[in-house]
Amino acid sequence: MEIRVEKIRKEFDLYPALHDVSLKIESGELIALLGPSGSGKTTLLRLIAGLEQPTQGRIFFGNEDASYRSVQERNVGFVFQHYALFRHMSVLDNVAFGLKVRPKGQRPPKAEIRRRALELLEMVQLNGLEKRFPSQLSGGQRQRVALARAMAIEPKVLLLDEPFGALDAKVRKELRRWLRDFHDRTGHTTVFVTHDQEEALELADRVVVMSQGKIEQVGSSDDVYDRPNSPFVFSFIGESASLPVKVEGGVVHFHGAPTGLTAQRDGEARLFFRPQDVSLIEEGPGMTGPVTSSRRLAGTRIAEIELGSPEKPCHVEVEVPLEASASNGSILSFRPTRWKLFY
Amino acid sequence: MTSARSAARWHWKNPSVIPGFGLTLGFTLAYLTLIILIPLAALAWRSASLGWSDFLRLVLDPRTLAALRISFSTALIAAVVNVVFGVVAAWVLVRYNFPGRRIVDAVVDLPFAIPTAVAGIALTAIYAPNGMIGSLLAPLGIKVAYSPLGIVVALIAIGLPFVVRTVQPVMQEISQEVEEAAASLGASRFQTIFRVILPGLTPAILTGFSLALARGIGEYGSVIFIAGNIPFVSEIAPLLIVIRLEEFDYGAATVIATVMLIISFLMLFLINFIQAWSRRRFGYEQ
Repeated sequence: MEIRVEKIRKEFDLYPALHDVSLKIESGELIALLGPSGSGKTTLLRLIAGLEQPTQGRIFFGNEDASYRSVQERNVGFVFQHYALFRHMSVLDNVAFGLKVRPKGQRPPKAEIRRRALELLEMVQLNGLEKRFPSQLSGGQRQRVALARAMAIEPKVLLLDEPFGALDAKVRKELRRWLRDFHDRTGHTTVFVTHDQEEALELADRVVVMSQGKIEQVGSSDDVYDRPNSPFVFSFIGESASLPVKVEGGVVHFHGAPTGLTAQRDGEARLFFRPQDVSLIEEGPGMTGPVTSSRRLAGTRIAEIELGSPEKPCHVEVEVPLEASASNGSILSFRPTRWKLFY
Repeated sequence: MTSARSAARWHWKNPSVIPGFGLTLGFTLAYLTLIILIPLAALAWRSASLGWSDFLRLVLDPRTLAALRISFSTALIAAVVNVVFGVVAAWVLVRYNFPGRRIVDAVVDLPFAIPTAVAGIALTAIYAPNGMIGSLLAPLGIKVAYSPLGIVVALIAIGLPFVVRTVQPVMQEISQEVEEAAASLGASRFQTIFRVILPGLTPAILTGFSLALARGIGEYGSVIFIAGNIPFVSEIAPLLIVIRLEEFDYGAATVIATVMLIISFLMLFLINFIQAWSRRRFGYEQ
């Protein structure tokens, strides 16, 4: 099921949570909504689910306008961060709930409901635990019950709100891989919300980066990491450094001195680069300053260099070879090898 | 399964880093003995000394039976009514924000604070045939004050906070997410309430019910003003005990008290049993 979000606007008490957001999600795609808290990613997910009503704009499921359909009518599988299991029901009853509450005509017979619930539990690898209550399960198991429960209604789309947020790091990694497998097997259109960029980059076909109620960039992991289209995306995804620069006569100047980088357009700009995308230089134009601190990071060393005037210093972190002398106070010169200017 | 089995095993004491198990248990037992068990034992002893035939004669006295029936039936009806409206009141207080919510929240506790006699007199004034509400009901042939209905009204007023205050915190804990989950699975509002929310509240509702019931059975102050106290019609058992005492018929008084005690104990025991079962059933304990 393809989903189209068209110019959605959502206000809470006159405070806008989403500004005219548009997004197209392809059928069968696994897509991540990534952003810091308050970026509107959960609001967007809840709007797609029908748990919130848009102030303006429309949402299409396929060719149908679903904007004002209730959550019951939308037939979406929704998985909550804190599982939201029914704690007075056994695991089996939790999974069967969506089928049991169907109106009489559409409800499968009892034996059939039970068979399907057990089948789903097998799919999420929880066979044998159907008689337990949610309080007797671990966090990872509960989340899989929640997923099986959402799948029971044969949803057109699967929506997950920070599905791994409440789990510890190891279980989170396992479930991540498991969800990818699960998606590849079932082929549902899946949208999940996360604030963990590693999770989004590893898991999703496409990542939607959001900030302050707007979509900043939509693209594959490579797109958003290697070709960020805004200062926000550049600084939000991965490590980065930024410096105020001036382009004059096609040459990028920092603090009045040429940096050896060239650009097409003159004017004030911000220069962005990643710590690993620099090379140390002995001579020629570049950026030079004293090392203020350095730390060992696995196979490399990260040095913090102070640039600019002492009154208004800029600190940037760059990766230096282990053998380079980067003790505090030593002077280093470097030049970015991959970089981007935002005017 | 291991967790379920180890929880089922009985422990003499739970290991705890804080010492004082012996001291606190000893204090609790001594305290309960002094203020509850010894007086009750004296009551049982006193009525036992009457002998079986006297005991039965006093119990089966028609006026006593009528008073017991009125006490327990009105308390039961009032507790049931309180469960329904107490849950509604708790729902409103937990789930909605409206001007004056804090004031309403405080008003719920008033029956705890005012002397029950005052509550009884106030209710009588309102529900008497010439009172504010009573005068409206009288033409319809509904008589509240000076009838069993009046007793129910007084017990509802007295018992309401017990239900609200036991259900409210549990309701607060049930997250909105659970309701949204039910809705996303296709459950209607009605199905969500009756299949998801209310079952989750059952243990708390039972606690509130048993507290309101127990309070209603023992209530004296408010009832005697509104009931009219007509023997066989609106005379409650606690009042009959006082009447027998005033007649220096201590035997009859203790017998009525003992029977009330036994019935109350059996009812509370049964409710506790259902509650323990529902707590296990609904997965509150591992």
